[in-house]
Amino acid sequence: MAQETALKRTPLYQRHRALGARLVDFGGWEMPVQYEGIVAEHKAVRGDCGMFDISHMGEARVSGPQALAFLNQLLTNDLARLGVGQGQYNLMCNDRGGTVDDLYAYRVAEQAYLLVINASRIEADVEHINRIAALWAIQRSELLIENISSQTGAIAVQGPRSAAVMDKLLPGVSAEVPRNRIAKRNLAGAEVFVARTGYTGEDGFELLMPAEATPTVWDLSLEQGVKPCGLGARDTLRTEMCYPLYGHELDEDTSPIEAGLAKFVALEKPAFVGKEHLQRQKLSGSSKTLVAFRMNERSAPPRPHYPILIGSQVAGEVTSGTMSPSLGVGIGMGYVSPAQAAQSQALEIEIRGRRWPARIVTKPIYRRSPPKEL
Amino acid sequence: MSTNVPSDLKYTETHEWVKVGKKDNIVTVGLTDYAQEELTDIVYLDLPKVGDEVEEGTECGVVESVKAANDIYAPVSGTVVEVNTAAVENPSLVNEEPYGKGWLFKIKMVDPKELDDLMSDSEYEEKLAEEDQGDDEEDEDEK
Repeated sequence: MAQETALKRTPLYQRHRALGARLVDFGGWEMPVQYEGIVAEHKAVRGDCGMFDISHMGEARVSGPQALAFLNQLLTNDLARLGVGQGQYNLMCNDRGGTVDDLYAYRVAEQAYLLVINASRIEADVEHINRIAALWAIQRSELLIENISSQTGAIAVQGPRSAAVMDKLLPGVSAEVPRNRIAKRNLAGAEVFVARTGYTGEDGFELLMPAEATPTVWDLSLEQGVKPCGLGARDTLRTEMCYPLYGHELDEDTSPIEAGLAKFVALEKPAFVGKEHLQRQKLSGSSKTLVAFRMNERSAPPRPHYPILIGSQVAGEVTSGTMSPSLGVGIGMGYVSPAQAAQSQALEIEIRGRRWPARIVTKPIYRRSPPKEL
Repeated sequence: MSTNVPSDLKYTETHEWVKVGKKDNIVTVGLTDYAQEELTDIVYLDLPKVGDEVEEGTECGVVESVKAANDIYAPVSGTVVEVNTAAVENPSLVNEEPYGKGWLFKIKMVDPKELDDLMSDSEYEEKLAEEDQGDDEEDEDEK
């Protein structure tokens, strides 16, 4: 094979090799797409516990007396709502209301925030953040922005058994860190951020730690019988939940309003980057809206860029699509015009020249069955 | 990696197997164990229909796994005389029994000489070993 630009590797690269993972180029990173298989890994997360190497994701630390005011200018959600130890989903927009990235913001200290950003967007995000900071024109001592992506490793432990697993590693942690919270703990000789968040729709934890501690934490989780899962299962799990993936549902020409993420846009904030456009779209609508769909019958799986038809007219294209391992049927998302979406729940997806019936469904496509106690 | 390569079959570069029948120049076609292992999680089969004419080395169907769609190539030219509807209904049969219940379709050959273009089991094993060798060389680079 010809030598190409070297792919970046996470601290867990040797673990993936040893486990026999199938490694692929994912946005310049050599990442495991699967170990045993996507369906088995998907089902482990829905039914038991699985873990993902998410060390490729970026981390930025924003701190100082001006951190809150700056982030409330930079991001769409209202960070004033966050107490220390709380996290919040956010969008970062450009002046046109398009999405620079989607991210999680955690308030880790009185005047310090941790942003977890997409691997493929680290450079674009840092550039954008610095540009907004320069416009903000404040003393550097009042605002410190650090890109700590390369020093940071991360593992997501996800599934109904994840709380029990984490309690084995850190006794009592599941009660101390409820949903959307973050806390610092000592594990594997290092300071580890334990966040009760994820990208699967199941209960779960995301562990952020120094790169050198990451393999040890991975091994400790393996000892608890947690199944290693690749990006393939991560994608089918998030698609069932209709969580957007940057580059598919979101890009610089697509707004959070169009993507159905209005609840993460705090239009009541006095000002933030992109607000004017987002407010206008909220009031007068936009040319496209994201819909979720499922196929009416067994079909070849819908995949990105397949045409979506409404009333035999091309109405848009699939942004994410797969065979749902939980439902056993093709599912996906895509943009259509709001008028077309309102006109009919019935769609067709064109798969290799053949049109297959589908229908618009409410998000998420898959719902966990409620716990038995309820 | 241990991959099952039965000795009574012939093989293509594109990982189809061919079983030559005893009469009427009819061959059975399927995907090799290596192919099903590489694909994993096969969820859909688009196979040619009975009566379709297929041509040696050209696409005649698609196998879809959760992650990707891959073409199926006709190992020989001829007419499709039977399609495995059980595998179409339940594509995981291809993962479970690639040489048995997971066969794909049968072709009535127009020119049995085309069978000479196919690989024997040992030739196919050699090809797979070369592909593994490529992986090993990659390993060496990393040390």
